[in-house]
Amino acid sequence: MSTGTTKLDVVVSDVVPVNDLVTRFHFRRRDGELLPTFSGGAHVVVEMRDSDRTRLNPYSLMGSPLDTREYTISVRRDDVGRGGSLFMHRQVKPGLEMVISYPVNLFSLDLRAKKHLMLAGGIGITPFMAQTSQLAAAGGNFELHYTCRTASLGTYADVLQQRYGSRVKLYHDDREERIDLDRLLSSQPLGTHLYVCGPAGMINWVRDRAAALGWPSETVHFEHFAAPQPGAPFDVTLAVSGKTIRVGEQQSLLEAMEAAGVDPPYLCRGGVCGQCETNVISSDGKFIHNDHWLSEEDHRSGCKIMPCVSRFDGKSLVLER
Amino acid sequence: MAAKTIISRPIYGTLSPQPGRHHLFIADAEGALAITDMAGKAPSGFFDGAEIDFIPGPENRHLAALEALKPAQLHVAPSFASLLPRLKQTLTNAHMGLRLYLAGTEGLIGQAMQVALEAGMDHTSMQTEHRGSLARRMQCVHCKGITENVTTQPALCAHCGLLLLVRDHYSRRLAAFQGVCINAEDRSENPPMEEAFP
Amino acid sequence: MGITFRKETFRDDYTFRNSPEHIRRFPFPFNEDAYMYAVNIEPHVVGPKGSVLENLIDVDEHYVAEMQDRALVLAEDPLRCQSLPHMTLAGWDLLELLMEQQALGYPEHFTLERDGDRWRWINRPLGIDDTFTFGDTSTLPYGPMEYITRQSQGDFCILDQRDGNLWMDAGMVTTQADWSLDFDIGMNFFEWHAPVPLAHEKGIFTRALKFLTNIQQGKPARRLNWTMTINPRLDTSPENYHKWGPDRATVTPENVGEKVHLRVELQSFWRLPRSNAIVFPIRCYLIKMDELVTQPKWARRLHRVIRDLPEELATYKGLTRYRPTLVEWLSKLDDGSPTSPGFGPD
Repeated sequence: MSTGTTKLDVVVSDVVPVNDLVTRFHFRRRDGELLPTFSGGAHVVVEMRDSDRTRLNPYSLMGSPLDTREYTISVRRDDVGRGGSLFMHRQVKPGLEMVISYPVNLFSLDLRAKKHLMLAGGIGITPFMAQTSQLAAAGGNFELHYTCRTASLGTYADVLQQRYGSRVKLYHDDREERIDLDRLLSSQPLGTHLYVCGPAGMINWVRDRAAALGWPSETVHFEHFAAPQPGAPFDVTLAVSGKTIRVGEQQSLLEAMEAAGVDPPYLCRGGVCGQCETNVISSDGKFIHNDHWLSEEDHRSGCKIMPCVSRFDGKSLVLER
Repeated sequence: MAAKTIISRPIYGTLSPQPGRHHLFIADAEGALAITDMAGKAPSGFFDGAEIDFIPGPENRHLAALEALKPAQLHVAPSFASLLPRLKQTLTNAHMGLRLYLAGTEGLIGQAMQVALEAGMDHTSMQTEHRGSLARRMQCVHCKGITENVTTQPALCAHCGLLLLVRDHYSRRLAAFQGVCINAEDRSENPPMEEAFP
Repeated sequence: MGITFRKETFRDDYTFRNSPEHIRRFPFPFNEDAYMYAVNIEPHVVGPKGSVLENLIDVDEHYVAEMQDRALVLAEDPLRCQSLPHMTLAGWDLLELLMEQQALGYPEHFTLERDGDRWRWINRPLGIDDTFTFGDTSTLPYGPMEYITRQSQGDFCILDQRDGNLWMDAGMVTTQADWSLDFDIGMNFFEWHAPVPLAHEKGIFTRALKFLTNIQQGKPARRLNWTMTINPRLDTSPENYHKWGPDRATVTPENVGEKVHLRVELQSFWRLPRSNAIVFPIRCYLIKMDELVTQPKWARRLHRVIRDLPEELATYKGLTRYRPTLVEWLSKLDDGSPTSPGFGPD
């Protein structure tokens, strides 16, 4: 049996510009029922029907898990990406009917933690919006450190400070404010869990320092959905379905398969969940791996690829699909 | 008639120095040698941030070897029970980054791990190395009593007196192996007790 | 028309019986004439009317008697129901799931009224009518998991998902096939399955874990498991093994039909929404040999399965002592003719 998520038919109930880069979208069910309950850190995959092409991007749910009348996501505009965020910003208006996936949580709180230490960078704040709501309602012990470029781009910083006061600490790049990370990590009580969400560079920095300071890997949680990167077109043979397809410049391998009627399972489409892992039957060329799922060994072996985010550059590629 | 080894049977490794600045070692008897063996692989200054809690046992050896490592603190305790209050206090005040190293008998490793788990540490982050006696702590699944230092197979429950098969099935939470009545289906069967965990 | 609940016992005088309709709906676990472990997991979707899959959480004629037996077990040994401190939220998730499913499937017996977090639960078979605040443990007589599983057939294990593994961190286990929640609580998926022979080597658990950690909300899954029990005893716990173990030596050619029971577990797996944990209900169905052989196909097939079962599995399932007597008894009902495909009776 294959895995994957059930779909939800929703309507856009509100579109709210938050600042120069970020817009918030509200969804309700078309049938008027409540949406499924979710847990802090969960995401949904939003289907964007843009004339003849469909994009599917994951976004963290940022509302309170206690309120399931609507789901909210925040989307940061990316002017050089593949167009998903631009579609959301330009085309999605209140009243538009859309399809989203059931919530899936790949960035779940460890509820055993005696304290939750959260580090957010930029739009990486969104999963923490839901997690702090969940923890605050249950009297949980948390502390949030949030780095943003400027005060005006500090998405939801005001809301968070209003809700949680001194439990939220802000750092502004333009004021040269920096987290004293080593000091922060060295002063946490035993039983603390660390959560990081933000740009790849920040995640790597925090994970490296935590490891060097003796934090066991089980206590360090991070989420980084890789956005599929555009690249040179390439051809792929799908051995099981007997098809040969071309992956376009602005298309991911997974999207190209889907366009050809081949549907590998997926949960995140961001190189994290592992669902669409695909075996390579033969290849002549170079893999461009962009996922966080396969081990380095797998990457080197050339035997596996994550079609949601990874590409290929070479003469031929045959996949077991 | 020892049961075949199974996955829940703990597998102990060899102590290896972990990253970080604070290191807590708990060892009994021969376990001291696991620490001194590891010391050769440790970076210089490693023991400046280390505390060693040592239970020498009746043979009272290896203390000098531990002193030679010049840990920040070396505490000698006559028994695990006497070490317990100090250990709990140390863990209560500890910060993330503290690494735990347990070496010696299975009973010591299991009981120290139990205390650390309660303090919020994850068992996979602890270094363990088995040295010395193979004697087991056993929980009687029937009366729930714990029998210490079990060396035979089968073994008598020190609490309810049932004759128990000592399984390899192990609970970290209880720090004990499971003992299940060996002749429940026919009490007239009396398999001989053999020395199995010397 | 509601269910007529039987007055019966699972201990002492063992008055447990299946009605003829319940014999026909019994979830016979063998779809061919041999048995070996497999990852036999399938989507848990509603099945045919009149089967145990008519509702995703099944309530049957044994409901009231099973709940009375559970209360007796818990009074003797409260350690059969435990929840580690971080699992309370998952307990609320489970309470919601079971109340919703039971009210949906059996509206004549159960009613759930929700007004925000103010909930009213009516359980007519057990004479319960409670109003409480969802999420506030002080408004219920027990913790949320214990409260609802004292009113739901089957054992329940709640598995916390962390570090790519599942951890048995809470459960209500009073009708188990010889494993101890008190001993296994806190263990991960591989550790609590450690005593199962053969399956680890076949990679069964590695594949099963990968599947289970990917179970999504709204898409539960299920599998069947089976063993045999002497007398219709629900509480075959290791805790009481020294009390029920001797029963295995009491099987004779004359009493096989009455004493030997096939015990089938319908195991299902559900993602819980708030806690992101997995709940694993283990619903136990018992049928005595006299009842089972009223379906000739099942008699022939069970004979072949038990006769050809690998020795390790027979030992693990505790059949060794009475297997020859049982096989001899069943052989008289097996004329060697072929059996039709599928689980159901002819």
